[in-house]
Amino acid sequence: MNDPRLPLPDLGLAPGASVVGVPMPHDSAALHASGEAAYTDDLPEPRGTLYAAVGVSPVAHGRLRSIDLRAVRAMQGVVDVILAADIPGVNDVGPVLHDDPILADGVVHFAGQPVFAVAAESVEAARRAALAATFDIEPLPPILTVEEAMAAQSFVLPPVHVRRGDAAAAFSRAPHRLAGTIASGGQDHFYVEGQVALAIPGEGGGMHVHCSTQHPGEVQLTVAHALGLESHDVVVECRRMGGGFGGKESQMSLFACIAALFARRTGRAVKLRLDRDDDMRSTGKRHAFAHGYDVGYDDEGRLLALDLTLASRCGFSADLSGPVNDRAVFHADNAYWLPDVAIHSYRCRTNTVSDTAFRGFGGPQGMFAIEAVIDEVARALGRDPLDVRKANLYGVADRNVTPYGMTVEDNIAPALIDRLEVTSRYRERRAEIAAWNRASPVLRRGLALTPVKFGISFTATHFNQAGALVHVYRDGTVLLNHGGTEMGQGLFTKVRQVVAQELGIAPDRVRVTATDTSKVPNASATAASSGSDLNGMAARDAARKLRERLAAHAARKAGCDPAAVSFAGGRVESGAASMSFAELARSAYLARVPLSATGFYATPKIHYDAKTLTGRPFFYFAYGAACVEAAIDTLTGEHRLLAVDILHDVGASLNPAIDRGQIEGGFLQGWGWLAMEELVWNGKGELRTHAPSTYKIPTSRDWPARVRIDFWPGENREETIHRSKAVGEPPLMLALAGFHALRDAVSSLSDYRFAAKLDAPATDERILRAVEDMRRRARDAA
Amino acid sequence: MHAEGADPIRLVLNGERVDIAHLSPQTTLLAWLREQRGLTGTKEGCAEGDCGACTVVVAQSRGDGTLAWSPVNACIRLLPSLDGKAVFTVESLRAPGGELHPVQQALVECHGSQCGFCTPGFAMSLFGLFKNAHAPSREQVDDALSGNLCRCTGYRPILEAAERMGEYDAEACGATGWRSPGVAADGSRIVSREEQQLAAALDALAHDATFDYRGEGQRWLAPVEADGLAEACAQHPQACLVAGATDVGLWITKQHRDLGTIISTAEVRDLATIRRGDDAFEIGAAATLADAFAALDDDYPELHEAWVRFASLPIRNAGTLGGNVANGSPIGDSMPALIALGASVVLRCGESTRTLPLEDFYLAYRKTARAPGEFVASIRVPRRPGGLVLRAYKLSKRYDQDISAAFATFALAMDAGRIASARIGCGGVAPTPARAVSTERALAGKPWSEATAAQAAEVLEAEFTPIDDMRASAAYRRRALGNLLRRLWLETGAGTDAPTRVEQLLAAG
Repeated sequence: MNDPRLPLPDLGLAPGASVVGVPMPHDSAALHASGEAAYTDDLPEPRGTLYAAVGVSPVAHGRLRSIDLRAVRAMQGVVDVILAADIPGVNDVGPVLHDDPILADGVVHFAGQPVFAVAAESVEAARRAALAATFDIEPLPPILTVEEAMAAQSFVLPPVHVRRGDAAAAFSRAPHRLAGTIASGGQDHFYVEGQVALAIPGEGGGMHVHCSTQHPGEVQLTVAHALGLESHDVVVECRRMGGGFGGKESQMSLFACIAALFARRTGRAVKLRLDRDDDMRSTGKRHAFAHGYDVGYDDEGRLLALDLTLASRCGFSADLSGPVNDRAVFHADNAYWLPDVAIHSYRCRTNTVSDTAFRGFGGPQGMFAIEAVIDEVARALGRDPLDVRKANLYGVADRNVTPYGMTVEDNIAPALIDRLEVTSRYRERRAEIAAWNRASPVLRRGLALTPVKFGISFTATHFNQAGALVHVYRDGTVLLNHGGTEMGQGLFTKVRQVVAQELGIAPDRVRVTATDTSKVPNASATAASSGSDLNGMAARDAARKLRERLAAHAARKAGCDPAAVSFAGGRVESGAASMSFAELARSAYLARVPLSATGFYATPKIHYDAKTLTGRPFFYFAYGAACVEAAIDTLTGEHRLLAVDILHDVGASLNPAIDRGQIEGGFLQGWGWLAMEELVWNGKGELRTHAPSTYKIPTSRDWPARVRIDFWPGENREETIHRSKAVGEPPLMLALAGFHALRDAVSSLSDYRFAAKLDAPATDERILRAVEDMRRRARDAA
Repeated sequence: MHAEGADPIRLVLNGERVDIAHLSPQTTLLAWLREQRGLTGTKEGCAEGDCGACTVVVAQSRGDGTLAWSPVNACIRLLPSLDGKAVFTVESLRAPGGELHPVQQALVECHGSQCGFCTPGFAMSLFGLFKNAHAPSREQVDDALSGNLCRCTGYRPILEAAERMGEYDAEACGATGWRSPGVAADGSRIVSREEQQLAAALDALAHDATFDYRGEGQRWLAPVEADGLAEACAQHPQACLVAGATDVGLWITKQHRDLGTIISTAEVRDLATIRRGDDAFEIGAAATLADAFAALDDDYPELHEAWVRFASLPIRNAGTLGGNVANGSPIGDSMPALIALGASVVLRCGESTRTLPLEDFYLAYRKTARAPGEFVASIRVPRRPGGLVLRAYKLSKRYDQDISAAFATFALAMDAGRIASARIGCGGVAPTPARAVSTERALAGKPWSEATAAQAAEVLEAEFTPIDDMRASAAYRRRALGNLLRRLWLETGAGTDAPTRVEQLLAAG
């Protein structure tokens, strides 16, 4: 953006006006639109670069007796082939447990698991060669579903139980009780840029890896381990990703390791870019869940007792399944007070790809369960589900402790829902839709309003830290680096605004550079919605140190108090003296003032006991609610979104345009998860939906014409960066209102007497099945 | 080295004449742009024409001094097929002075990019729209973007950019010459002098005999007239016949196949025509899907929605109706409709031709009656008969750019309230595109009534034995197919005006 030919749009900013809270475009917007923004695969390749491809297991489970690689080695252009035994260091990329081999060793655990890798003179040669191996595998019985895993007690991690109060006693007191099950499917990230790494060997055994990752520090660690190096031998760099969504939090490590292994062996640069089909077969996805519930409630629908089972398909290894499932438990309350509750979390081990982080990180699945429970209770009582939701909301002064023992101090859910209920005209539309449905022979419309309360912080407390590095050059320009990564969420834009604000200069005087493990060490993954909270604070800390040094210098020159020096609009005022920021920088340089500073931040207040899952895992909560109208076709199950009203809490927004983008994009991605995107495995454990021809994410036509998005008018009560709130993940769960609008439409077929039997994703086929089931039940009851 | 008699590929890339020799004819346009030309603005997202990250715009001379502007997928476009055409990539959109093109400026100002990886593809699809429409409607915009996936934005800001891109002062943005808008407010075409020059330059590259390209031991033959195609097919009966390569492209990118000698049907001028005869449309095998569908809209507007939902605009710009028919996929969307209309396929071998009813062309899964050396010359579609009741229904997981779980076209010949005869073409429910003959019999001679529809729907549910796959279960396919006949009754016989399609509620919004 420092290119004068690519000016920022005129935002009408007065000189000296705040640059925080302004809807600035993404810092790379013009580069995106012009095709000049460089992603890993676009970087100039060093001379002699080789291309790698991965050979994968054809079966879901088996003992690898032997593998014949003669045809692979004989293919034209093949330079090197590696197996597990060729890894000089540790054959593992597990981010938590050490159960995630780079290349399968002895046993293959899923269809699509990398077993060997090829390096060749061209991408095509490498990919052809990777298909030429002959495997001799002794088949072992695979476990493919949650049900099979539960029956076999097959887990990647031990089950976790969280209890509060006495659910058994509460059941005996409850006037009503019901039980049921519901399931939610997995979801492929479908980042449009697939996994890609370019490893360049350096002197003295060093390795420089460019790759598309949300966690360069983790890639640095795993590459070092695989090669038998130390952390300081490996540099990992990423300027931007073409989408991440959690799919590049742990998943890049394996591919970066393979590229680095070949680079070490051949002394040449090696690039590994996955074809889309291979990416979808061989990388983890959102966890599919099977939920079971048993609930006791009163006449108003208040939940008195709840026994909830959350069982997830984790795939063959632990990966991030522990924290994902913990977060599912932490969000099984959503915004509701559950006085006597038992939550059981099972982390099922299956012979499928190891599932991983995906926007929401288990939170969506936890909320999915409780919202289904509420819907069942409402239908059983003949009440409007919104009334039952409101009756169960956490209190502000009491009824405000979560099942895991954290007091909800910032509960704005009741007020937020009340407001959305009015602005969306929920009650009027509910009546109008019910009347319309009675007269409609084929189509049915549905309406739902659901809340979101999402905990912000990594549940692993030590991840809640960040570092930044800020340089001021003597011409007054600023270079900013921090440990966060840019995947489209606008993190770099927001942090640039923060630093510009701190130094009183225009944002285009601050250049943000690629995330680089050699600049900021030990950075956490950019995940858990925490990017701006953590890196914004760390960068402000660094910028503040520089401002203080510059203020002290200006004060010395002007003979005034450093506290009286002000920075705004690119000018620095010190007593009677006034100079440009650039003049001050030059003067400070000549006076030998250090013009580089590091910044650091650690989130305060948080703590929790990982064994009992109790404590305060979250610094604060982000809230939101959506009112969604949808329609179904009772002949075919076809369905569409008709209208969306969203009221979302971003605190005091750092950048309203970016925050709105996160809300819109998160909502539609959530709708994809709940209503469109279906992962299908066959009985042999082969993924049948491994490309956009078979796996359907939303297109522009799925964005409804009637959408209203408002921000909740309030700032974060906690001291976050400029009192903003995290926004990356929470909006995804607003789409639950869409799923419940579909259930409402199905329920209309029984005049709302029964809850729909509808799992997610609500494909046409599942909706038609639910419609026919609902008609049957309505007939039987008549 | 140039093989004796072989021609280089001559194309215009971003305004510059480029000659290509030696590269394999199955090199994709995307691989060439990124790896040989260093034009990395065009991205690979899927390598199968389903995500649009690789969208570029191809300009072809219309032969009258104007250009046809078509967004296409570079990832499955074979390089020799660009011979004599102009290719524009995202790098070319900025004016020589560096100003962003209005489509780019609108994307920036509307916050239309987040990760930015899909953005060049969207910019090029929008540029195609910029050249082909003035102040496009939401429907036109959705259609133009039907082949572009964005995983970040939710599309709202991109839709807004499409709405706003026409509001900029194009001249002030440097969007002059070929970068200028293609359609004026009154709907007339704007043709700059630069475009006329480009059209003339492309005309000068046209071949008057078969284009014969060789590289890496492979040969590409692109005859320019049907006789030449017949000759090439006779000489190379085992050659891979390719038109738009929207399916063959995947044999290269996904199956890594060596296709050997490739014969392109796309440049055969006398097969690119669509003749509107008194009895039938004669749609030449080289006519694009977009052109063929536009012609059929004249007689059969009821099919328009099915055509909008046929793949994506870039695929319809590249693919041909002849290719879709010849490929014979059981889930292709044109055949069920054409079968219901009573279409036939004209096959040619050497000098002789034969005509088959389309349903008889399909013998078994992916097996057709086409003999080696034979090629599809044209598709013959009867003109609209009187008293026709026609509907085409597609069921798929997504409205745009999806493959049918089931597809049904119903054509009822009505005579004074009775069904004189019926033709029903189905896709996705059998190993080939198929006629539902039992159901047709159940309808023939009956009054068009609720009872007839209900009875025929039951027959239709039992008519096929579809499979379970990733798109739908067999049970759903059967049930939904019967329900589509029930829908047909509601829409064409029941006399109710209650909406029967969820899309109608969107329009009502």
